[in-house]
Amino acid sequence: MTEAATVSDRLSATGTANALELRGVSKLFGALAALEDIDLTVRPGERRAVLGSNGAGKTTLFNCVTGDFLPTRGTIRFFGEDISAFPPHERIRRGLRRTYQISLLFTGLSVLDNVYLACVGVSRSRFSFLRPRRDDALVASAEDLVHVVHLDDARDTRVANLSYGQQRQLEIAMALAGAPRFILFDEPAAGLSPTERRELVEILNGLPDHMGYIIIEHDMDVALRVAESVTMMHNGRIFKQGKPAEIEQDPEVQALYLGGGHG
Amino acid sequence: MAVTERDPARDARPLSWIERIPGRYWLIGAALLVMPVFASDFVLFQIFGWTFILGIIALSLMFLGGYGGMVSLAQMTVAGLAGYMVAIFGESAISAISLNWPWYIAIPLALAIAVLFGTLTGWLAVRTDGIYTIMITLAIAAAFFYFVRQNYVMFNGFSGFNGVLPPDLFGVDWRGPKAFYYLTLFWAVICYLAVLYISRAPFGLALQGVRDNQRRMSALGYNATAHRVAAYAFAAVLAGIGGILLTWQSAQVSPGTAGIGPAIDVLVIAVIGGMRHPVGAFIGAFVYVILKTFALDALVAVGLAGERFQLLIGLGFLVIVFWSPDGILGLWDRWRESRGKDPLLDRGGEGP
Repeated sequence: MTEAATVSDRLSATGTANALELRGVSKLFGALAALEDIDLTVRPGERRAVLGSNGAGKTTLFNCVTGDFLPTRGTIRFFGEDISAFPPHERIRRGLRRTYQISLLFTGLSVLDNVYLACVGVSRSRFSFLRPRRDDALVASAEDLVHVVHLDDARDTRVANLSYGQQRQLEIAMALAGAPRFILFDEPAAGLSPTERRELVEILNGLPDHMGYIIIEHDMDVALRVAESVTMMHNGRIFKQGKPAEIEQDPEVQALYLGGGHG
Repeated sequence: MAVTERDPARDARPLSWIERIPGRYWLIGAALLVMPVFASDFVLFQIFGWTFILGIIALSLMFLGGYGGMVSLAQMTVAGLAGYMVAIFGESAISAISLNWPWYIAIPLALAIAVLFGTLTGWLAVRTDGIYTIMITLAIAAAFFYFVRQNYVMFNGFSGFNGVLPPDLFGVDWRGPKAFYYLTLFWAVICYLAVLYISRAPFGLALQGVRDNQRRMSALGYNATAHRVAAYAFAAVLAGIGGILLTWQSAQVSPGTAGIGPAIDVLVIAVIGGMRHPVGAFIGAFVYVILKTFALDALVAVGLAGERFQLLIGLGFLVIVFWSPDGILGLWDRWRESRGKDPLLDRGGEGP
């Protein structure tokens, strides 16, 4: 990820605002603090892995960033703009995207239709009462995205008939619709076979350099191969940040997460 | 799903819109067009005219319920309001209230007010889900009924308006059985095709997406609330057209036109026909009109009180909902599926 790091360094050096900036973000569910005082800065083009055990608050963090949950305290800035109070669709229209831990797809529709819906969602055609023409630019974009995630052969297949791995790939295609500026990937490798994981790494490393992302991933091999920096979470707090190599060798991290289980 | 689906064989030569219409549509279309040749005036005006009108109003509910997952009991209220507005802005026998404006102002204005009302109803109703949507729209329907019944200055209270007739356009008496049949058929076809077309346009697809998974649609950039309100606005156009035609058919509009009973009848029609496809609204309307028209005679013939015809409608509703929650369309689909089954293996005949 050395080249990608250079890109995020270069983008930051030009004075571009941080892609994502969380300051003092907390999320309470009654007495339970799912997130506590999170400070997180991700530069434009940066690829960050967020790691942590179940219940560490990783998905809650994503939900706060996308607006599925409003944080109890703190501010969230996206490319310099305070989006803390924005509804989810306004954040998406500003170039933020996400995938879900459990695939949320329209299973009755074809692969291409799912991606087409995603392309329409971030276009001005959302309220169009006119069906797309054969040469519609959004249909062409959807076809390109289907190609990017290697689903050309399944283009007209109903999503319900896709394999689990293909559904994860489709989630990624939908997140790429409409030139995103930043993507949140929530465990994209979960449940994938080794071959599908390799394909996923290939897709993620093939994304344009300016497109930054945060990836939540339990598979350290995948996470460390697609991220240039790592944030470790535990009990709703950030307790370590650094380069993948530093994190891998950190004794505290090893004791907590890598120790016996990670070979 | 046909929006982005492409058959490679078709890419070579795109089919014209005429070629894409299935044969059965041509057959039904031809039968409906020549109907006045062999059908009586009663059948044309009372059976088919009424079927098409109720079908259009039920179609507005089908659009909201089938594609948007929102069951509104206020569609007959929107229809009734459009009827009232035509009577108020246009001509009626109540000359003290009616403004006698020309039809080209009165009709668009009536529709616009109905759409505004439908949109406001939607704006209130989309904040709720399921049973609460039904309750809030029922409350709006009830409030409208009691308001127009008690308001004599504008709505002429209990009596409403009579003598509300279609405009005398092209020298045709549009309330004549044949002309009225073609008028209602024309608008039924327009509304049906509009719903069919929009269901596969970005707006319709997004509405179905919101119905299936609102959270996911928000994560794709859609404003789910705005989509739902817009769906109410479009449904109000349909209901408004139906309401104006209904007022012309009976030449009158009164609180009873948009009472609680008719509001629920629209739901019954939509459910009997099936909410999965726009044609269900017209199938349901046809069954309802037949029952409502002939049940009385049937009951009297077997020695029962004629006024109990609503019992037959209720029983029919019960049977259909019990056997097929998808209405008559669902029954039809099941019958077609059972025909394709291997009776020995109890599975589809095609493939293993």
